[in-house]
Amino acid sequence: MGRAQSSSEADVSPSASASADAATPASRAQRLSTSSRLTRVLGIAGLLLLGIMLAFGLWFSGPEIAMRDSVRLLYIHVPSVFVAYLCFGVTFLGSVQYLRNQSSFWDLMAHAAAEIGVLFVVFVLVTGSLWGKPTWGTYWQWDPRLTSTSMMLLMYVGYLALRRLDLPGEVRSQRAAVLGIVSILNVIVVHYSVKWWRSLHQSQTFGIDTQMDGLMLFSFFLGVIAFLAIGAWLLVHRFRVGWMESQLDEIRLEHALVERRNEGRAYPREDDLLQVRPGES
Amino acid sequence: MHWEFVIPGYIIVLGGIALYGGLLIRRGRRLAEQLPPERRRFLD
Amino acid sequence: MLRDARLVARKDLRIELVSKVIAGQIVPFGLIVLLLFGLAVSPDLAVLGRDGRSVLAQVAPGLFWVAVVLSALLAVGRSFAVEAQDGNLDALKMTGLDPAGVFLGKAAAVAVELFILELILGIGAFILYGTPIASWALLAATIVLTTAGITAAGTVYAALAAGLRVRDTLVPLLLLPVLTPVLLGASIATEAALFGPPSDGWSWVLLLGAFALLYVGVGIVAFGSIMEE
Repeated sequence: MGRAQSSSEADVSPSASASADAATPASRAQRLSTSSRLTRVLGIAGLLLLGIMLAFGLWFSGPEIAMRDSVRLLYIHVPSVFVAYLCFGVTFLGSVQYLRNQSSFWDLMAHAAAEIGVLFVVFVLVTGSLWGKPTWGTYWQWDPRLTSTSMMLLMYVGYLALRRLDLPGEVRSQRAAVLGIVSILNVIVVHYSVKWWRSLHQSQTFGIDTQMDGLMLFSFFLGVIAFLAIGAWLLVHRFRVGWMESQLDEIRLEHALVERRNEGRAYPREDDLLQVRPGES
Repeated sequence: MHWEFVIPGYIIVLGGIALYGGLLIRRGRRLAEQLPPERRRFLD
Repeated sequence: MLRDARLVARKDLRIELVSKVIAGQIVPFGLIVLLLFGLAVSPDLAVLGRDGRSVLAQVAPGLFWVAVVLSALLAVGRSFAVEAQDGNLDALKMTGLDPAGVFLGKAAAVAVELFILELILGIGAFILYGTPIASWALLAATIVLTTAGITAAGTVYAALAAGLRVRDTLVPLLLLPVLTPVLLGASIATEAALFGPPSDGWSWVLLLGAFALLYVGVGIVAFGSIMEE
């Protein structure tokens, strides 16, 4: 428990130093980080909830009858599932919105959400395996949910790979949006086909009769809220990073255009030289 | 019982969030420095 | 739309007849994969097999379809590599062909190539792995619908990944997870078609059909947005 908490404190330091930045005499417009009042509120709320959740999940609540202490893994496993699915939902929504009105906000949001979603699906699989070892006796079971979740992870890893493709910005956004929509279809088709496949091969189920008492349910509930806050915090930061990257790309493009225009002239005109360049702040 | 699975699980998840969050913020700072002031919308 | 599809398909097949990349490289590749599977799954493991059949014969349906999917990756990649050269894709857009027609045409050309590939690999697997055949009808239906599904999905994803440098590595990453249902359905249906009883396989043939229809639909609807720009 002590170690787990110390790793959550590592989370505090970046946002703490971010607020130290805010205290510098420079005006608000000069702050050089992706944090804002919104992210500070989300971050502090997430950390507080996480701290309370750790206290309840690892200390106050007791072991479950069948799963013993491994039930505690579910307090972070299921919230990770929630965050991951919500993120992929945002990716879908963002992709639809991008195709409808070419909104770069939704394009960046879809990208940011997919990255956060992939991170949390990894957590889902890791905690799922660690839970499976004591419960099922093996880290990996060819269980429909486990199999289709790992496929879902690979699909969104592919989505992120497409976003790194060396294409002009709009072409890439356009294709990523198509993929973001099609991926949801895939998740559904893969999920049901794998489920059907397992139901043919074996009738035995891996469900376990759970008996969660009040404190367990409360820890569980806290975990969901804390992870949602942390997921939102990460999403906002990731979105702003993506937004700045797109801004820098735009500036580089303008810069390249100016240079291209100057190639034709012996002496560059003064106003061309006054254009903003990346790195000059 | 089973703490040997619970503790690594919590460390991986919380450590993973901390690591990703930390890297994200550092990346944000670096980019913010490169961006000319009039383009710094969203940064308060 | 269908007229455009026929034009594009005929163009792609004619390119193949001249260049012979599928016949000269991709079919031999599939055969190598089949041989490697035979080496990896020892053919002597016959004793443990169900009904006295070798383990290799029993896993043959799955191995055959994995070999087909791997070869299909190369085939769809090839289908767009042809367009990537000399700004052909731009030229294709300038012709004013219906994007849905371009999609159907490219998919149809790849499907024809895949059928030939499957025929050769199927004969290969039949000889190498020593499998019986219980139901020709089920086998034929499985092959037709699986090919339709692989080519439709493959064409959509190859178009999405058609970039400048990383195309060849991105297509497998995008396409393989998507083909999970096809691989599952085709393996189970083929197993039923080879060893019987065929009744086990028909419900999976339905799934294969549904998948193929879904991706033909996705391709027709989405190809316009993918090719735009």
